[in-house]
Amino acid sequence: MTLRDIVEILDAKVLVGEDHLHRSVKTAFSADLMSDVLAFAKSGSLIITGLTTLQVVRTASILDAIGLVIVRGKIPSKETLDLAGDLDIPIMSTRYILFETSGRLYANGIVGCVEKIGGMNCGK
Amino acid sequence: MNLAFLTKELDLKVASCEDHLTREVKGGYVGDLLSDVIAHSTQGDVWITRQSHKNIIAVSALREHAGIILSLGTEPGDDTLDKAQSEGIPVLITTLPSFEIAGKIYDLLAAR
Amino acid sequence: MTDYSYENTFTVEGGDFESAGKTSIEIKKVLKKLAITNETLRRAAIAVYEAELNIISYAKKGAIDLAVSDDKILISVADQGPGIEDIELAMQEGYSTATDQIREMGFGAGMGLHNIKSCADTLDISSEVNKGTHLSIVINRRGSGNDESGLSD
Repeated sequence: MTLRDIVEILDAKVLVGEDHLHRSVKTAFSADLMSDVLAFAKSGSLIITGLTTLQVVRTASILDAIGLVIVRGKIPSKETLDLAGDLDIPIMSTRYILFETSGRLYANGIVGCVEKIGGMNCGK
Repeated sequence: MNLAFLTKELDLKVASCEDHLTREVKGGYVGDLLSDVIAHSTQGDVWITRQSHKNIIAVSALREHAGIILSLGTEPGDDTLDKAQSEGIPVLITTLPSFEIAGKIYDLLAAR
Repeated sequence: MTDYSYENTFTVEGGDFESAGKTSIEIKKVLKKLAITNETLRRAAIAVYEAELNIISYAKKGAIDLAVSDDKILISVADQGPGIEDIELAMQEGYSTATDQIREMGFGAGMGLHNIKSCADTLDISSEVNKGTHLSIVINRRGSGNDESGLSD
């Protein structure tokens, strides 16, 4: 599955990173707490969150996330989008809530994967 | 579909209010930012979160959630459990991450 | 006496939530340029990020000193701030002294020091209440090339 497929499944609007939509996605991590993303998300995952701060983009960058999905139709500031552009983190916005967004992606085969330092545990 | 069903299906650990598991689950909400949960979750939601401090109980009571599911094996503190008991809010625990538990519950709700 | 091929200090302003993560990204770029990869890079980046967030969340100001040798990465963090009264308690997963304001920004889940410990091969913490805190984080460089950690991508 690619980011482009994700955009379709979530009926999402691509805010930045149009040219990265060919990227392949297998795993996702849903959270509003950035420490959790750092502690548990697998590198290269799609991060799904309701948070729209600069820190979300920086956290995604630290983790080499494949992209960001912002839920509930929220739109980050221009500053945040510009930063995402600079750091090559594509961002899409979906009107669905985090629960439904996770649900839809899970139903389409995206896997929840927990990677604590030094070990990994993936669902399904 | 009620909490007892979810508990069994998804192998959840019951941390509080075992006697309230008959509560009906109408939907789900995932979120760790309290203001967001207060503003957008609805009555009958099962709230999936990683926040374990005692403020979550007040939020859940306010929004009349079916209950709270703590993900990634998060254990609530004693003060949280005390409050949960006095407010009658079921608190359940899963070892799965929020994305996955949400996915499974979404599936179950859709299959109803 | 370890021979560090790279050494630099990065300052962090307390309370500057706007910039949270900036220093970490800068340091990550430096480490990438020094051919640090995969598991080691991830550990170092996460440790630095959590350390940076702690300075911003709680201290007046602080500094992150990065030193890299052939076999390890040394991250020394020093801040001027409230200090930690009970270090053992602070290390517990989920224990947090974060304000509601900090929580609403997506921080403060009480994972900071715990995450740093998970990332480090050795971690030394010293602190003085009302003065500040010092962290000494050592991350050993593992292997070279793509598959350092044995985890396939």
